[in-house]
Amino acid sequence: MSDTPAVEICDLVKRYGHTAAVDGLSLRARRGAVTAVLGPNGAGKTTTIEICEGYRRAGAGSVSVLGLDPVSDARALRPRVGVMLQSGGIPPAVRPGEYLAVLARFHAHPLDPAWLLDRLGLSGSARTPVRRLSGGQQQRVSLAAAVIGRPELVFLDEPTSGLDPQARHATWDLIAGLRAAGASVILTTHHMEEAERLADHVAIVDHGRLVAEGTPAELTGTAGQVRFRAEPGLDVEALLAALPVDSAAKESPAGHYLVEVHDRVDPRLVAAVTAWCAEHGVLAQELRIESRTLEDVFLELTGRELRS
Amino acid sequence: MRRAPVAEAPVSGWPAPAPGAAPIARMILAQAALEARTLLRNGEQLLLTLIIPVLLLTAFSLDDLVKVGSGQQSRVDFLVPGVLALAVLSTAFTSQAIATGFERRYGVLKRLGSTPLSRGGLIGAKTVTVIAVEAAQAVILLGVGLALGWRPHAGAAAAAWVVLLVLAGTAAFSGLALLLAGTLRAEATLALANLVYLVLLGIGGIIFPLAKFPAAARPVLTLLPSGALSDGLHAVLQHAAGLPARDLAVLVVWAAVGIALAARLFRWE
Repeated sequence: MSDTPAVEICDLVKRYGHTAAVDGLSLRARRGAVTAVLGPNGAGKTTTIEICEGYRRAGAGSVSVLGLDPVSDARALRPRVGVMLQSGGIPPAVRPGEYLAVLARFHAHPLDPAWLLDRLGLSGSARTPVRRLSGGQQQRVSLAAAVIGRPELVFLDEPTSGLDPQARHATWDLIAGLRAAGASVILTTHHMEEAERLADHVAIVDHGRLVAEGTPAELTGTAGQVRFRAEPGLDVEALLAALPVDSAAKESPAGHYLVEVHDRVDPRLVAAVTAWCAEHGVLAQELRIESRTLEDVFLELTGRELRS
Repeated sequence: MRRAPVAEAPVSGWPAPAPGAAPIARMILAQAALEARTLLRNGEQLLLTLIIPVLLLTAFSLDDLVKVGSGQQSRVDFLVPGVLALAVLSTAFTSQAIATGFERRYGVLKRLGSTPLSRGGLIGAKTVTVIAVEAAQAVILLGVGLALGWRPHAGAAAAAWVVLLVLAGTAAFSGLALLLAGTLRAEATLALANLVYLVLLGIGGIIFPLAKFPAAARPVLTLLPSGALSDGLHAVLQHAAGLPARDLAVLVVWAAVGIALAARLFRWE
């Protein structure tokens, strides 16, 4: 039973009119792991998650959640799956304490609402109507509602968007706690640090398709880079000629230089860069040795232009 | 009510998953209690369901504002069955339509769709809430009526016929309420539900006796759910009639049509 993946999506397609929100997406989320779905706005993340939650029907392809069909097996799935919608869903006039108490009574072995509110830093707001809470507080009530029934699988659609650093860390602790306790978590996010820190598996989605997946380390790879500042307009081609083969070099923006290699940066590369600079009377400032971040990979794969 | 067992959880760790649904009756009662509490806290809803019916009953009993009878006795005897019909209209129709319309707008219905409470369970909870509120309204309105000198002229089985009429009226108005709430924008539902309340208050035999309308209009007015409900309640409580079969049949047809349409057309988000 636990061999079945938490979620398995095969060639999923969902069209709205002529536009395909999801366009042949395949994805597998392991049991007991945190899977992060990354993608720019409009990439099809929410549509995909809502198909997994049973809110929308797949146009083509198949989706299996805990080995079951999200629509026809909804009755069996609802107690086992916790859902946090991207926004809304909580009646504005209720108080967090009474709302969670009611949701607790929907479940056989719920968490204690007071304990959960405390874990999320909401004890002081338990009796404040939801409409008077800040956006970040409402977000955490929503998160609490998703986990109060002790589900084995939790879908979190942008759980930390709009949260301040303290609330974000409380949310990350909760997700790490769920994972340590053996639950499976699927989350969508724009937050690269979140994915890098929490996720066992990252899926990068764009235009409704999977563009890359793997562990954060696999995605960022071993590639390294050296950055430095110097006077604008250096001869990048000449610099490149002095470096080991398979290196790449560019100036972007003016006065900022980037040297990339496929492997880790080694002392010889740094020596070659500084030797070339010395030879040409260039003072390299703020020289830094870096490895690629998930954000670099993300922007490389999904482009740098703004999306509406 | 038995309390749900609560997980013991150490502060540092997170309890292991232990999914499972509660028994359906516990879910329905918990949801109904939440809806009733929310309604009691809402000023506009209280105005509609309680304050207006009590004010109408009191004011129109004490003074002959609309020529419903020659003395206070005959006035209060006419008004009590009418405001009972108004109570059902306000709770099952107007209040339920507005509340459900905004629940749909705020994504509350969508969110509930992913909890173990099924849609049938949610409708069940709403029904329990409506009937509980109606029971409270009936106790208060009958109490005020008695204080104003109301004496029912009722047959032996009157209580049973009243309950039957009220349940059929509740089903008819609830179907229409969910039809509005599930198909229109929340603002449109709000406006329309209030407008229908006012119109039916006027032509439903609640304040103005149906006998005062032109003879040709009367059969049509008693084909409306409010007219049928108030006509039936007047027959049972004011004229000591037996089961008002025609009025009950009209309500059952409205209920069947309204619920069938709502079931077909209701959009949850």
